[in-house]
Amino acid sequence: MSRLTDRFRQGGVFVWFSGTLLAFCLAMILSLVGFIVSKGMGYFWPATLVQVQTPDGPVLGEITGHEPARGEETEKVQFRVGNRDIYGQDFRWVPAQGMGSPEQPKDVLLIERLEYGPFIGRVASLSHEGQVVATGPQALAEAMKRLPEANRQRHQIQSIEKGRVGELNRRIEKLRLARRKLEAKGDQAGLQALDAKTAEIQATYDQVQASLEQARTEARAWTLNLQTADGQDKEWPLGSVVRMVPANAMGTFDKLGVYLSRLWEFVADDPRESNTEGGIFPAIFGTVMMVLVMSVLVVPLGVITALYLREYAKQGWLVRAVRVAVNNLAGVPSIVFGVFGLGFFVYGLGGTIDKLFFSDSLPTPTYGTGGILWASLTLALLTVPVVIVATEEALGAVPRSQREASLAMGATKWQTLWKVVLPSATPGILTGLILAIARGAGEVAPLMLTGVVKLAPAMPLDGTFPFFHLDRKFMHLGFHIYDVGFQSPNSEAAKPMVFMASLLLLIVVVVLNLFALNLRRKLRKRLGGSTF
Amino acid sequence: MEIDDPRPVPEPAQLQVPPPETGMRAASFVKPDLPLTDPAVLTSPTMVQVERLNLYYGSKQALFDVDLKVARNSVMSFIGPSGCGKSTLLRCLNRMNDLIDDVRIEGRVLMGATDIYAPETDVIALRKRAGMVFQKSNPFPKSIFENVAYGLRIQGEGDRTILEEAVERSLKGAGLWEEVKDRLKDSAQGLSGGQQQRLCIARALAVRPEVILMDEPCSALDPIATARVEELILELKREFTIVIVTHNMQQAARVSDHTAFFWMGKLIETGLTEKMFTNPGHRMTEDYITGRFG
Repeated sequence: MSRLTDRFRQGGVFVWFSGTLLAFCLAMILSLVGFIVSKGMGYFWPATLVQVQTPDGPVLGEITGHEPARGEETEKVQFRVGNRDIYGQDFRWVPAQGMGSPEQPKDVLLIERLEYGPFIGRVASLSHEGQVVATGPQALAEAMKRLPEANRQRHQIQSIEKGRVGELNRRIEKLRLARRKLEAKGDQAGLQALDAKTAEIQATYDQVQASLEQARTEARAWTLNLQTADGQDKEWPLGSVVRMVPANAMGTFDKLGVYLSRLWEFVADDPRESNTEGGIFPAIFGTVMMVLVMSVLVVPLGVITALYLREYAKQGWLVRAVRVAVNNLAGVPSIVFGVFGLGFFVYGLGGTIDKLFFSDSLPTPTYGTGGILWASLTLALLTVPVVIVATEEALGAVPRSQREASLAMGATKWQTLWKVVLPSATPGILTGLILAIARGAGEVAPLMLTGVVKLAPAMPLDGTFPFFHLDRKFMHLGFHIYDVGFQSPNSEAAKPMVFMASLLLLIVVVVLNLFALNLRRKLRKRLGGSTF
Repeated sequence: MEIDDPRPVPEPAQLQVPPPETGMRAASFVKPDLPLTDPAVLTSPTMVQVERLNLYYGSKQALFDVDLKVARNSVMSFIGPSGCGKSTLLRCLNRMNDLIDDVRIEGRVLMGATDIYAPETDVIALRKRAGMVFQKSNPFPKSIFENVAYGLRIQGEGDRTILEEAVERSLKGAGLWEEVKDRLKDSAQGLSGGQQQRLCIARALAVRPEVILMDEPCSALDPIATARVEELILELKREFTIVIVTHNMQQAARVSDHTAFFWMGKLIETGLTEKMFTNPGHRMTEDYITGRFG
């Protein structure tokens, strides 16, 4: 008994207790990340295509699930059969009873297409402008050879659509607005000049359209004649094929190549098929940019507030009340901030800006609708309490002796704050920023009301003047997860995308935090060891 | 160093501390006249003069009727037990007590001809005339150069050559130049304790003050660093007037021309250091110096 009390007194028990809790927390974090990684990263690995015989005919696809017999339910196996345009759905449950032995035919392949999800089956032949060029295995080899060229053509078409056509559309829109202004004024000469300009642009536009049409026709010239496992035929233009993966015939290295190319596509490309395929680059970009804009807004806001609260305000009941209010602000549900952002920033501020500066384009709103600026402002408001609290702590931690040294040199209070106190407090302020980033990057609810969309036509940062388009709507990883996982018509197929997007969101937050941490470390080193 | 003191240089006789009113003192003793008679400094005018200074922290009185003169280009040390008000008095001389809430001050403090507590006095300008060195060295978390240049920078001096000259002059004045001249860009917080304290002295020197106030500058230093600072004080005396608060009796004896002994917020005795330490005029001074209390 006395030995037990002794151990309690020495604290050994509590060391063990706290150590165990820490280990528990670590295990939770690791299993969370591990779960996401294992669920998501396997998605891009080319899976073996399995063919089985069933009473309803042959079934070919990737095995994605298995359900043991339970009560009246018999044992079932889930196949991803693809061919949504033919079968209507991507997945099929096959009863294990009556299922033939699984085979792995070498000649089957999975074709990633621009539309309708993947095709799983065989290549019967390859035609050029209706003429069959090759059949059977030669057709597959020939198609594989021609695929890079077809992809290049497709990218070219896309870049023309996005770049030149977009540019022309913007110019026409500008002219339309100018015309409205002139019509209001009744300026006939101006209108005629405008007409001439419009005609000119229209001519260029038609020209571009014609060349696009030609390119599209060319892209459609090569077609694959495909055949499903149960003998249905499908004709598919080679120009609409993203990737052909004969998984059963591939070695590990080939599979690795496919894996990396899919991974790259996911990180660097635009989404397709209502976000369930393709990449999520716009979402990554939108997330990072929103967090950066938020940081730029939240730091001055929080630091100036904290500076006043700590250094200038007379410490009394009012300041205490403000502090309590600020701390409570951190606990307000984020959707409430979203509602505030929508009402105050979007409709209030944005509407006013539109009336004052963009009245030409009304009733189409410019700032009076959700956009990255309003979303970032809303998030800045959401995270400002964190920065205020951290800055106040940091200001309080600057030694009194340093303030006195500065004041004794004849510095004013403001000089002391600006030249001595604030530089010493910067690492602490950055701690606040890190916490704000961690909170802001993961927030989704307020963004849905203030500017995030499922699919943004253009990014908030691009090559057209003025480069930063703070009025544009944007995509966000957090919203993407919600949208793909729970709002998409084909959420079963998109499930791995959810995990991959989650993983990327985690990585984005970690990278942003590492960036801030590194900045803080450098500053600390320069300041020579501060407590924060 | 020239200061604008229009008053005539007082005769030695005028430098006497006025006899205190006995009623204000503890009844147990009668304070004798304590003439300020060091021949070496009698020719200099008074630099700092404290007249009937009373200081209250809220309702608690911390200084009682202090009358004191500090001669120009001399070193005056304040000694006394902890909490006797010597640091408080020092901080009255550059109005650092203003920073504390609830402080009330009565009486007059003259620096040169300026009444520093007069309403029209510019505190910022005053503090430029009275540099301060603190108990714990407190360099800014900046480079050595920027630390010394700080005083000039806040005065709006941006000329690089002027700054460089001032930094070199001040560091030389503080006896630190040889040690740091090759690493002026390094952080000041990488210096040793003694070097940091001398850097703080250099920082105070850079704005060419008239008075240097030192609040136990050696209490956190080892004996060797202490000896360096003490040597420095003796050198700086030629150019500046120095007031030093110290707990170390030997230090007071070594560096100061005059010593003032405080007890419970009252100035008990002031006079030539030599006389104070060999033949104190008051029993309490003797008891304190010989270590019988305090």
